[in-house]
Amino acid sequence: MDSGPVRRGLWLLVLLAASFCQQAAAAPPAEPRAGELLQLLHKDCGACHGLSLKGGLGSPLTPQALAGKPADSLVATILNGRPGTPMPPWRPFLSEEEAQWLVQLLQQGGAR
Amino acid sequence: MAGSTFATGRRTLARLLAPLLCLALAGCASTPLRGTGDLGVVIERASGSVQIVDNSHAQSLARVQGLGDLSHASVVFSRDARYAYVFGRDGAISKVDLLAARLVKRVEQASNSIGGAISSDGRVIAAQNYSPGGVKLFDADNLQLLSSVSTAAFGGGESKVVGLADMPGNRFAFALYDSGEIWLLDASTPSAPKVQRFEHIGKQPYDGLASSDGRYFIAGLYGEDGLALFDSWHADAGVRRILAGYGRGRQALPVYKMPHLRGWSIAGDYAFLPAIGQHEVLVADNRSWAQVATVPVLGQPVFVMAEPGGRRVWVNFAFPDNDKVQVIDVPTRQVIKTLQPGRAILHMEFTPRGDAVWLSSRDDNKLLVIDTATLTVRRTLPALEPSGIFFSSRASRMGM
Ligand code: HEC
Repeated sequence: MDSGPVRRGLWLLVLLAASFCQQAAAAPPAEPRAGELLQLLHKDCGACHGLSLKGGLGSPLTPQALAGKPADSLVATILNGRPGTPMPPWRPFLSEEEAQWLVQLLQQGGAR
Repeated sequence: MAGSTFATGRRTLARLLAPLLCLALAGCASTPLRGTGDLGVVIERASGSVQIVDNSHAQSLARVQGLGDLSHASVVFSRDARYAYVFGRDGAISKVDLLAARLVKRVEQASNSIGGAISSDGRVIAAQNYSPGGVKLFDADNLQLLSSVSTAAFGGGESKVVGLADMPGNRFAFALYDSGEIWLLDASTPSAPKVQRFEHIGKQPYDGLASSDGRYFIAGLYGEDGLALFDSWHADAGVRRILAGYGRGRQALPVYKMPHLRGWSIAGDYAFLPAIGQHEVLVADNRSWAQVATVPVLGQPVFVMAEPGGRRVWVNFAFPDNDKVQVIDVPTRQVIKTLQPGRAILHMEFTPRGDAVWLSSRDDNKLLVIDTATLTVRRTLPALEPSGIFFSSRASRMGM
């Protein structure tokens, strides 16, 4: 069965909760975009980072793995890619705010 | 079997019971006998299940559940084509009985794995791992661990293993992403395998394939334009570069999914391989390995697979072009058809003699069966986020 809607609902809750705890939190994008981004994260980022983001050819994107890394530089990695490695630039598909939101989600463990 | 235990004991009772037993057994075996030659396994990545399908009748027969995280899962078959070994991303190997549609055994052997292969004698399963990096060898019958080969053993840090493929003589070849090597593993004594290393084969090998005769192993390189070729008939000559500089200084385009090399990419006199960072399929002469052509395609190729007859080559693509498939005519090396069969086409598998090709459309939750003569859809079947499709005819092919 497709657990998508349930999962999406949960993410949003996690996000909401997280956004209360954190200052300058990125606002979640409006639906249906938020759902699309979560799909992108697990399916397309997951192609290299693993469906559950525990790592593959790409490094793990778990909260532990990203702990202590400046959010800005992670956002820059997502938007611009990391030259010399297979990490591609996602700027054609993601706005700055969306990338910030994804980093927040990843660092706070909202993405599973 | 039960009859023989009875017979050793009380003979009279056995004589009475035997006909009853036969009747009972016949009653249970209500499904007619069948072969496995036209069966296959479809990975349902998110739900941790596989479907068992029949490619003669283009139908699904059963679903087997409980296989764990199957993103990027791959499958090899036992030599009798009865069992499928499914390698999950979570490091588990699941042995599935195709006839009984049952999970026979599941072992968790690493935290992060990418695939595996079966030895030429069919007795050893090799799993290739990302974390911890290395290769583990298992008994194909009971999945008992036989030995582990660490890719950190020689210093320089642990390295992710990519492109593991079986080679004749119970050998396996694979590449190391982090340290840029190809290793040849001789598993003829699987409890004490021997390794032959080839260093400096190129930067960041991301996948590999063995030719269908088991002679060559080719690793694709992410870090440079070109591929690394190992000729097992002339192992002492080492590894050489082929198709070097295919990008020729052109700006590399972003790659949103790494290509997969494993498949039937050798068609007639040519090998068809995905370029990386260029929207092209590279064509090499399969004797000299010189580049003879490039075929422009619409995106970053992922799988470049020749039909079993070799007349056409099918190509699917990385995000954002993963809703399309292109078909290349081999003699003219031209794209003759662009199909748009569904969202996120992740895999293609030909029936054993190529009358049809099955495609998986992850985001439309369906499988498509396409007639290769007419290039039209024969049938669609529902599936839960399907990724890989693997037919049991792989059981008798090297490098699959
Ligand atoms: C084609 C493969 C590939 C895809 C697809 C991909 N990545 Fe990456 N990514 C990598 C690799 C490889 C690295 C590690 C780079 C390095 O070695 O420094 C990386 C690194 C990262 C990092 C930095 C992690 C750290 O610890 O510094 C982030 C964040 C990241 N990726 C996010 C994403 C997101 C979000 C997506 C999807 C929108 C994505 N990646 C898609 C290959 C990929």
